[in-house]
Amino acid sequence: MFSKNKINRLIVCIALSCFAIPGARAAEAIKIGLVTALSGQSALAGEAITRGLTVAIDEINASGGLLGGRKIELVRRDDEANPTKGVTAARELIYKEKVAVLFGGLDTPVSVAIVRLANQEKVPFMGPWAAGTAITQNGASPNFAFRVSAVDELVDKGMLAYAQKTFKASKPGMILVNNAWGESNEKGLSAALAAKGIQSAGSEKFEANDVDVVPQLTRLKLAGADVLLLVGNVGPAAQVVKSLDRMGWKVPVVSHWGPAGGRFSELAGPSAKRVHFVQTYSFFGKQSAVGERVVRELKAKYPDIKGVDDITPAVGVANAYDAMHLAALAISKAGSLDGDAVRQGFYRIDRYEGLIKTYVKPFSPEVHDALSENDYVWAYFNDNRILPVAGGN
Amino acid sequence: MLMLSALISGIGLGSMYGLMALGFHVTYAVSGTVNFAQGSSMMLGAVLTYTFVQTLGWPVVPAIALALVICAAYGLLVEALAVRPFVRRGSDAWLMATVAMGIVLDNLVMFAFGKEPRSLHSPLAHTPLEIGGLGLGVYPLQLVIPLVGLCLAAGLHLLSRRTRWGTAMLAVVQNREAARLMGIPAQRVVAGAFALSAVLAGIAGALIAPLVNVHADMGTVFGLKAFAVAILGGISSAWGVLFAGLLFGLAEALIAATLGSGYTQIISFSLVIVALALRPDGLFGRAQVRKV
Repeated sequence: MFSKNKINRLIVCIALSCFAIPGARAAEAIKIGLVTALSGQSALAGEAITRGLTVAIDEINASGGLLGGRKIELVRRDDEANPTKGVTAARELIYKEKVAVLFGGLDTPVSVAIVRLANQEKVPFMGPWAAGTAITQNGASPNFAFRVSAVDELVDKGMLAYAQKTFKASKPGMILVNNAWGESNEKGLSAALAAKGIQSAGSEKFEANDVDVVPQLTRLKLAGADVLLLVGNVGPAAQVVKSLDRMGWKVPVVSHWGPAGGRFSELAGPSAKRVHFVQTYSFFGKQSAVGERVVRELKAKYPDIKGVDDITPAVGVANAYDAMHLAALAISKAGSLDGDAVRQGFYRIDRYEGLIKTYVKPFSPEVHDALSENDYVWAYFNDNRILPVAGGN
Repeated sequence: MLMLSALISGIGLGSMYGLMALGFHVTYAVSGTVNFAQGSSMMLGAVLTYTFVQTLGWPVVPAIALALVICAAYGLLVEALAVRPFVRRGSDAWLMATVAMGIVLDNLVMFAFGKEPRSLHSPLAHTPLEIGGLGLGVYPLQLVIPLVGLCLAAGLHLLSRRTRWGTAMLAVVQNREAARLMGIPAQRVVAGAFALSAVLAGIAGALIAPLVNVHADMGTVFGLKAFAVAILGGISSAWGVLFAGLLFGLAEALIAATLGSGYTQIISFSLVIVALALRPDGLFGRAQVRKV
């Protein structure tokens, strides 16, 4: 049935493939997973994270890759801002794609759900956006969740400190979207107010699809609020600003970073610029050498980026860029892709000159957040551009 | 001042619910079916008005007129594809089919219009009203919405009582088979009712667009509330659904003003359940009598 010649050829092929396998293994890519919203209203945020990761991965691959020349490959999955879909996608990335590090997206509930799985399966998780305190402070030991982003608890302290410093706030009022994010920040803001012994003018909730927020704002006004502390995504935050306009109440507004997620100035109108919100990075103003390089690379890779205005939302790009480089350093320190070794690799990072800052010993068993309130910048919308507030660090 | 502003805001919002609920009434009265994609028709009116006015820079009147023509065409499409084939077979699957048509439209609009919410600018929603030095916290548009609602309801009343089309519609309502035997094109009347229903929702969308963020899934909650309003008012009564709309809008605004908007949906929908438990045919509806 088989000629001798054919059998010989088969033996040679098998022998060659045996020799080829170790070489193929050496060149096998290291997979990095990303589970984020790639469709729906948060798709822009998912795209920003993708771009930050991609630029960092291109740099790492261009400089020879990791673990003896292995290239990094990004594998993305859409969570549709839904925790169940996020966990399903994370399972696939962990079990089938065997990712070395799993990156999360914009939504705290999705990240919290994925972190449980990551801790269980001992796969390092890196959060480049979602700010929920419980993502990194999750009670697990060992804890596989790390983050390069803002943290609600710290943002709340920062919002109050900024309101006091910039607007001399003595009786701030809270206006918060009625969901888990608003609730988490209500606790953080109340704790921050209590720590400073400041009495608030009250805490008001509004629905994400409320047409009119005038009643809630009127109550805060009557209670003597001199600054508003706002938590809400871009659409709901715009409804608050429109309602303030309707009332003719020109109160300063200090906000979490929700407004940065979309066309806030178009939605909220000219009063959008009165809202000062937290950011971890701004591409406007004088850039460091790393900043200039990242802008150059983004322009070269993405034709729709003509200037720094187009790098939006900036926090997604900047956080993801630094987070990817830190994850790569952790893998290098670990010397393998073993989840626990990589987790300990994060603790052994000494110094990294990044985009947002120069990180010195960014992680330890007690600290899984690389950024602190000292790293936040304050920004506002001028037309469609997010500009840093002068002296807003 | 807080209560006055809540009242004006509630009447504006309530008129919008009333307009959409009137759409449910029109099709139910004529055919015994409703378009559950009414929220999507409202979204279509808002998105098209935004596109024509804001993106293409058209004057408001032709922009809204064309938006409403397209809404009417959508209503006809819903009737032809999602209602008629099922009603002919005596199936109630039109319930799901109209919901599906709405989901399809929402997703098509998301592809075409984009995923981000947008804002429609209007001179009627630019400078808030100042009466006697009091900042009421309302735009002139919030007063225009109930006026338009009232005019449309009166117009619809006249249309059904004083025109041949209206008489034909009433004949179909009373007895479809007898109307058909009298030469009234019953099928066209039903299709016309669906077009009219979508136009009413489109008007609500165009009116509310400057007050809210315009996006592809903006109609879902409004559609649900409008259906609750239609049932509350008694879906067979035109003035009943309009009045129930006002009642629902006012209840929402007053609950938000006194207790906060976190409680509006809990209390307003609980009130709907209580009202229906006391009057199963709605506040103004009559129990259907089937003569044998």
